[in-house]
Amino acid sequence: MGWMERVFRRRRLYGELADEIGEHIEEKTEELMRLENLSRSEARQAALRAFGNPTLVQTRSREVWEWPGFESLFADLKFALRRLRKSPGFGITVLLTLAIGIGANTAVFTVVNSILLKPLPYPQPEQLVAVWLHAPGAAGLTNFTEGLRLSPSMYLTFAEHNRTLQSIGVWISGTANVTRIANPEEVHTTFISDGVLQTLNVPPAAGRWILTADQAPHSHEVVMLSYGYWQRRFGGDRSVIGRNIEVDSMTREIVGVMPRGFEVVNQDFDLLIPLAFDPRHQILAGFGFNGIARLKPGVTIGEADADIGRMLNIWMDSWTNGDGGDPHFYKTWRISGAIRPMKQQIIGNVGSVLWVVMGTIGVVMLIACTNVANLLLVRADGRQQELAIRTALGAGRGRIVRDVLGECVLLALIGGVAGIGIAMGGLRLLTAIGPTNLPRLHEIALDVRSIAFTLVLSAVSALLFGTVAALKSMRPAVSLSHASAGRTASASRERQRMRNMLVVAQVAMAMVLLISAVLMIRTLEALRGVDPGFADANHVQTLRVAIPRPLVPDAQTTLRLENSIADKLAAIPGVSSVGFASDLPMVEIDPAWNNISIEGKDDRPGSAPMRLFNYISPGYFHSQGTRLVAGRDYTWDDIYVLRPVGIVSENLARESWGSAQAAIGKHLRIMPLQPWVEVVGVAQDVHQNGVDAEAPATVYWPVMWKLPWANNAVDTEHAVSFAVHSDRAGTESLLTEIQRAVWQVNGSLPVASMQTMGELYGRSMARTSFTLVMLAVAGAMALALSLIGIYGVISYAVSQRTREIGIRMALGARKGALRWMFVRSALALTGIGVVLGLGAAGVLARTLRTLLFGVSPLDPVSFAAVPFILAVAAVLASFLPASRVAAVNPVDALKEQ
Amino acid sequence: MENSNTSRDLFPGALEMMILESLRRQPAHGYALVQHIQQCSKNLLQVEEGSLYPALQRLLKAKLVKAEWTISPSTNRRVRIYEITKAGLDHLECEISSFDRMLEGIQMVLGPERRTADS
Repeated sequence: MGWMERVFRRRRLYGELADEIGEHIEEKTEELMRLENLSRSEARQAALRAFGNPTLVQTRSREVWEWPGFESLFADLKFALRRLRKSPGFGITVLLTLAIGIGANTAVFTVVNSILLKPLPYPQPEQLVAVWLHAPGAAGLTNFTEGLRLSPSMYLTFAEHNRTLQSIGVWISGTANVTRIANPEEVHTTFISDGVLQTLNVPPAAGRWILTADQAPHSHEVVMLSYGYWQRRFGGDRSVIGRNIEVDSMTREIVGVMPRGFEVVNQDFDLLIPLAFDPRHQILAGFGFNGIARLKPGVTIGEADADIGRMLNIWMDSWTNGDGGDPHFYKTWRISGAIRPMKQQIIGNVGSVLWVVMGTIGVVMLIACTNVANLLLVRADGRQQELAIRTALGAGRGRIVRDVLGECVLLALIGGVAGIGIAMGGLRLLTAIGPTNLPRLHEIALDVRSIAFTLVLSAVSALLFGTVAALKSMRPAVSLSHASAGRTASASRERQRMRNMLVVAQVAMAMVLLISAVLMIRTLEALRGVDPGFADANHVQTLRVAIPRPLVPDAQTTLRLENSIADKLAAIPGVSSVGFASDLPMVEIDPAWNNISIEGKDDRPGSAPMRLFNYISPGYFHSQGTRLVAGRDYTWDDIYVLRPVGIVSENLARESWGSAQAAIGKHLRIMPLQPWVEVVGVAQDVHQNGVDAEAPATVYWPVMWKLPWANNAVDTEHAVSFAVHSDRAGTESLLTEIQRAVWQVNGSLPVASMQTMGELYGRSMARTSFTLVMLAVAGAMALALSLIGIYGVISYAVSQRTREIGIRMALGARKGALRWMFVRSALALTGIGVVLGLGAAGVLARTLRTLLFGVSPLDPVSFAAVPFILAVAAVLASFLPASRVAAVNPVDALKEQ
Repeated sequence: MENSNTSRDLFPGALEMMILESLRRQPAHGYALVQHIQQCSKNLLQVEEGSLYPALQRLLKAKLVKAEWTISPSTNRRVRIYEITKAGLDHLECEISSFDRMLEGIQMVLGPERRTADS
């Protein structure tokens, strides 16, 4: 019998069954009347007794034809739906709680999944690694980088001599001016060596890769486009392949387009340009290049590190720094391989934030489940009578449990479906308020795994709050008469105990979240307390202008161009000062660094610590609000006549000469062949890499100077950032005027990266403020939910104990004392929750350690403030329902029951 | 029909086996089947009458019996007569022999003295 037939024949089958059973009882009745001379009603009673429960027999018989589990579940669900429609208040409250809880969890899980769990979008991503070096001997280096990057000579050595890699390449990102298409435009470029595309191994969307032949120095110049730039500039036109564009005043042929979503590691770009290293001109140093490689199958990172260690010797044997120094002095740096998986490189420090957010949201979900369980307990009270009747009619214990659980599953599933909708909205919000430098941002999407997660979460939460309700509805097994008589004292006491436990759990969980949130607030406070090294950030407008070398090769001419741009900017109404520098603080571009030697100190080459180098114009400090601690600023005269003067940061001055004042007039230099440079000024420390990182020891060189490593040839920075101090910073009108001012000087120069220092400052704290917002939202939700829990428990207790209150009042208890009795019980619950929560927070706060700044994970202020807040809130939440005691009239209370 | 010392839960499949055996001798309707089983067992087996019907439905579904509505000549009422099928006969054969083996096994474990003492 096919299932279709089974379904359609059922009605007839069931009819026959009912007939048959009816006939059976009838026959038995008649026989009993005949044989035992009973009256019809007596006989029928006896027949029914002998037969058993006809309804149950019919149900069991019908089940033979059904898929019993499935169909009775379906019936249960239908029944549950009907009940829900009857009590919309309960249904809406529970569904909303669940939908928000599940939605928030799904949204965060989707982000975690997309960023942390999903494999990288390259073939065989597990073989991909980022090549870093560890150099514990290079003092000062660890202050401001994650490790040592590669130099071109290292790359060339590694590419030639490695035994463990399928391919290796280096890349570096920058900007370039594209001219002669529309308005001049500054675009993001990624410069790649041979091996980068081979390592990532993603085929082009059109045209071809940049090949080994394109990397030969002075070859035909080529460029590849990103999908986005191709669409934006050329409308996705395929005939663009083979056309020429002007990049930094150099003609390059477009050879290919990379597909949508392709990034070099985590670097979004517009153009890919070959680095085209010339092996004849490479020296040992220049450790500014990001290395990526693809391991040979089966090779571990440890083996590859060992391989790097072996090749570093070859590297020191093969190259020099061209300054006559011993190439093996790098041995003092104790360089070793520190290869890390590409995924780790891309995810960076976002991982810890995301896991914390995920954990937080999970705890909120637990609290929400507790509240739902509480609501279900109240409901179970109301259903006591119904359940007792059903038990009396022959419903088994399992059947009742299934019915209660079925309702929970139904609630959770509806909540889950609604949650997916909320998650989609939440995702948009998350990506909007999340740190803007969130890696893999464009990969974030709701996928099968997220949906599966939602379903599992719904089911698990249903079991979580359902079990409590099911246990309760099963436990009493009260007789029908008992149930209809009213609630028994013992049952309600037991139920009250369960509720109290739920409230304690809620308070404990809320405690953990609130302490975390307060810790983040304290962190943000500490960060804000740090002097970043610049002032009035919201009134400093910054912009970048790059003058391509092919356009203006000469240093003097370049500087005069930059100088006249600065003059034009200073002439804009409302602008109080203007200066420029090669690097702005907190822009997350890896700055230049090198070592210097101090006059009168042992300066064995390479033994000196690494210092950050920045190149500045006169007035830069003034417009940034960076204080000069001692000495003076540069003058234009210093710069144009190439006077050998320098400015250092306060920490560098202190380290080298004892104090800022002592530094003035002292000498330093980079290379032995270079004349000494006199220190004329000391500037306050600037937190170049964000306020949570130490301010690096910095040397501020004049923006035009003699390059010590290029035979003291005069050079200037071709790409500089201007800092414009004005009350109009950030306004549309100022931006337009700035644009016009630059174009008055030269119409082919694009103006890029217009942002205020305030924005840069804010972005450097984005990770902390994002974590704070998430924790604060979660903590507030947790607090609200626990207060609702406390309120519910106390108001239920008051309603349960009305009679007792009446008796107490009749015996002379004062209302104030009675009220205090309830508030006290709420405080007791809160107290237990607080103690448990303190313990849990003490353990969990350690996981926050990496996110904290200037605050201990066991910060006494946070650990004292939150319990206090909770206690006050608990008093308020319990005082309201406890006040109803005042409304109790002892006579009515005693009469009522 | 209260539980007493004489009655004991049947093992799964026992009721089906007895129904099939009864039907092998003679087709019958539900009420007659109950009477027959109770009489044959000399009321040692107190089968709750209703429990017969789910068992009959199971046998129907497995096509071990077939059913037809007729008018009983003796009582003149509408009855549903069950009849064993060929498959039912085979199944019964199988069940009885495996039941015999089981019984034999149980008796061997309980021991010969016990068996003679009881019988």
